[in-house]
Amino acid sequence: MAIQTLFGSASAEPNLLEKLKAGIQKTRSGLVGRIEEVFAGQKEIDADLLEELEYTLITADLGVRTVTEILEQIRLGLDRKSTGGAAEIRGLIERHLLEVLVASDGPMKPVSAPPAVIMLVGINGAGKTTTIGKLTHRFQSEGRQVMLCAADTFRAAAMEQLQVWADRNGVTMIRQTQGSDPSAVVFDALNSAKARKADYLIIDTAGRLHTKENLMAELDKMRRTAQRVVPGAPHEVWLVMDATTGQNGLEQARKFTGAAGVTGIILTKLDGTAKGGVAVAIARELNLPIRYVGVGEQIGDLLPFEPERFVESLFEK
Amino acid sequence: MFDNLSEKLQRVFKNLRGEGRLTAENMEQALREIRVALLEADVHFRVVKQFIEQVRLKAQGEEVLTALSPSQQVVKIVLDELTKMLGGHQSKLRFANEPPTVVLIVGLQGSGKTTSAAKLARVLTKEGSRPQLVSVDVYRPAARQQLAILAKQVNVPIFEGTLDQKTPLELARGARKEAVQTGRDLLLVDTAGRQHIDDRLMQELSELKEALNPTEVLFVADAMTGQDAVKSADEFHKRLGITGVILTKMDGDARGGAALSIRTVTGQPLKFVGMGEKVDALEPFHPDRVAQRILGMGDVVSLIEKAQSVIDQKDAEKMQEKLLAGDDFSLEDFRDQMKQIRKLGPLEGILKMLPGIGGLKELKDAKFDEKELTRIVAIVDSMTPKERGNHMIINGARRRRIAKGSGTSVQDVNNLLKQYGQARKMMKSFSGATGLLGKKGGKFKFPGMPGIPGF
Ligand SMILES: Nc1nc2c(ncn2[C@@H]2O[C@H](COP(=O)(O)OP(=O)(O)OP(=O)(O)O)[C@@H](O)[C@H]2O)c(=O)[nH]1
Ligand SMILES: Nc1nc2c(ncn2[C@@H]2O[C@H](COP(=O)(O)OP(=O)(O)OP(=O)(O)O)[C@@H](O)[C@H]2O)c(=O)[nH]1
Ligand SMILES: [Mg+2]
Ligand SMILES: [Mg+2]
Repeated sequence: MAIQTLFGSASAEPNLLEKLKAGIQKTRSGLVGRIEEVFAGQKEIDADLLEELEYTLITADLGVRTVTEILEQIRLGLDRKSTGGAAEIRGLIERHLLEVLVASDGPMKPVSAPPAVIMLVGINGAGKTTTIGKLTHRFQSEGRQVMLCAADTFRAAAMEQLQVWADRNGVTMIRQTQGSDPSAVVFDALNSAKARKADYLIIDTAGRLHTKENLMAELDKMRRTAQRVVPGAPHEVWLVMDATTGQNGLEQARKFTGAAGVTGIILTKLDGTAKGGVAVAIARELNLPIRYVGVGEQIGDLLPFEPERFVESLFEK
Repeated sequence: MFDNLSEKLQRVFKNLRGEGRLTAENMEQALREIRVALLEADVHFRVVKQFIEQVRLKAQGEEVLTALSPSQQVVKIVLDELTKMLGGHQSKLRFANEPPTVVLIVGLQGSGKTTSAAKLARVLTKEGSRPQLVSVDVYRPAARQQLAILAKQVNVPIFEGTLDQKTPLELARGARKEAVQTGRDLLLVDTAGRQHIDDRLMQELSELKEALNPTEVLFVADAMTGQDAVKSADEFHKRLGITGVILTKMDGDARGGAALSIRTVTGQPLKFVGMGEKVDALEPFHPDRVAQRILGMGDVVSLIEKAQSVIDQKDAEKMQEKLLAGDDFSLEDFRDQMKQIRKLGPLEGILKMLPGIGGLKELKDAKFDEKELTRIVAIVDSMTPKERGNHMIINGARRRRIAKGSGTSVQDVNNLLKQYGQARKMMKSFSGATGLLGKKGGKFKFPGMPGIPGF
């Protein structure tokens, strides 16, 4: 699958795809097995199976409302065709989820003149800084010149953490002193990126809860500052979300979209057992595409999002 | 934002025949609402199922309390059961017989371990311990630096390690030795975040535990965690035997159902909640409050405590005495109260903490404008002491002067005087319990709050 970048498409490295497969492919028991068992035994689609389906989807964090709606649709679909095989049920669910994810997907807006400015936002500890380290690596391997902006001037050692990632990638990071105005750092960094003709400038922001209005307003100010230096910037605002996040993720997405104009999601920590199903609810409601997934703490552990793979993994145990 | 469970249950019982008593039929519908509320709060699917069964049993055996409506009765059962399941107040850490007591802090990546370690160090110092911190996170960039900065903020020594101490085990042993040598009675060990399925890193924790023999192994979990909480908590518990839980990021609007999941699957007590990024934002865990929050019922107790903590008790008492003595409620008093209210922080935030507030039309329409509070203070500040003592003398000319001095308009000054007049009348009618917190009457009131009818 081709990877969309802000400058067009680049082809995917197969080794990364293999990695994802290894990362999330686990024993295929659970629902799949159960459905096949039901199918083989020609049992009826009973309440038990529906509950098992509900269990699978809810424990993947899709949310009880989303799941109820999906199952309702499935029920309708079954009534009409009424063959009712278990494989058919799974197919219907998968198709529905894929439709949702594909509908929210779309190419990124191309950037006519560099620097392409990307801002990463999200709640505390979601994985923003680490993801920037990985994105830098990815963009560089596509032959692009990247610069970083350390706009988390608040958290202890946040700038030092990003500096390590800048050094690992051998790129320049613009910073100011601890506690300085994040917008001032953004201003500096954008000017610097323009002067040095960087292709990408990635802005790291401090983690913040979406309920803190003053901190959300700060993001808006950073955006306006960026816009003043580079018209159209930030070109992309990615909400970084931990895959373990439950239903609060939807409210996070709403609030960050409202305050910071989020254009896409990056789902991190998919190397654990969490499925990140809340992203489906987010795609449904806010039409936000998932751009990348994080599958570890190493520099190469970032993959382009693949809806088919994601949907499949929802059913894996 | 969330539909309040009590309101939902009220609707259930209203829409059914037989309102006035619990029947098997309306109970089932109520249980369905409870189930949805718990799932929306991220309580694990199976834990919800188990809980619903428990409530069903309880409700069947319950005596009918004529004093309560069916919905109130169900809410009470649910709240009681949930509170019980969440466990008692157990925020005290246990200490080793022989110091130093070692506390091992573990959890998934980014859950808040390092911040919580510093917060704990601060709280325990206040309680008379002499803690020492150490980070054995040799993996994440700048992780040890982060703890070093936080340690400085809370004024607690940190073991930084020598050049040859490179592994977590070496660092932990070194820290322990130093704690003993420097007479520290508590060692807080911050570990790297890890996935519960990462066998190598989980093994590393087992080894640390083996070597340090910690009295407490605290599992730090993010309040926003969804269904996966049971899996990670279970695995950490199986491999390490955790002894308590810290639930972080509770300063947001997450319902925190993960608390119930974790508690159910590990059986270990929740001890603290993280209420912010700053090092002073750690609070004891209160099962009743978290139970209300999981059910989406607001948090009245926290609101009152917050009010009590920011409102200067002495000022409040002084005001009370003054009013009891029959003194007038002056413009200065009015201004001081505005200042107190402002200290409570964004008013919308406070109002969100109140259950059922969404239903009150008057409140929805009322304007809760921080700027308005600031304006009031500025206007009163621009008055002469004489004017503040007697509002009757503030004529047109004086109003123009005050408006100019405070950078407001005459209209603003007029509004303020009107609000003050209303507040004053209200104060007069409170004979007895008139402190800002109405201590005597035991009721929580904001006399004189502008434009908020019936508060
Ligand atoms: N397993 C795993 N860990 C990750 C992933 N992404 C980030 N992490 C880890 O999650 C933790 C938090 O990551 P950070 O990059 O510091 O998160 P942040 O959003 O910048 O945090 P704040 O700036 O404090 O809000 C670190 O321990 C990272 O190593 C991932 O995809 N998988
Ligand atoms: N709002 C809020 N933020 C918190 C709280 N506790 C921690 N944080 C923030 O969450 C982020 C992660 O906290 P850390 O203490 O670095 O988490 P950690 O578990 O040590 O992370 P790793 O070591 O990378 O696994 C930081 O931005 C903290 O400031 C809390 O109670 N409320
Ligand atoms: Mg960061
Ligand atoms: Mg840490």
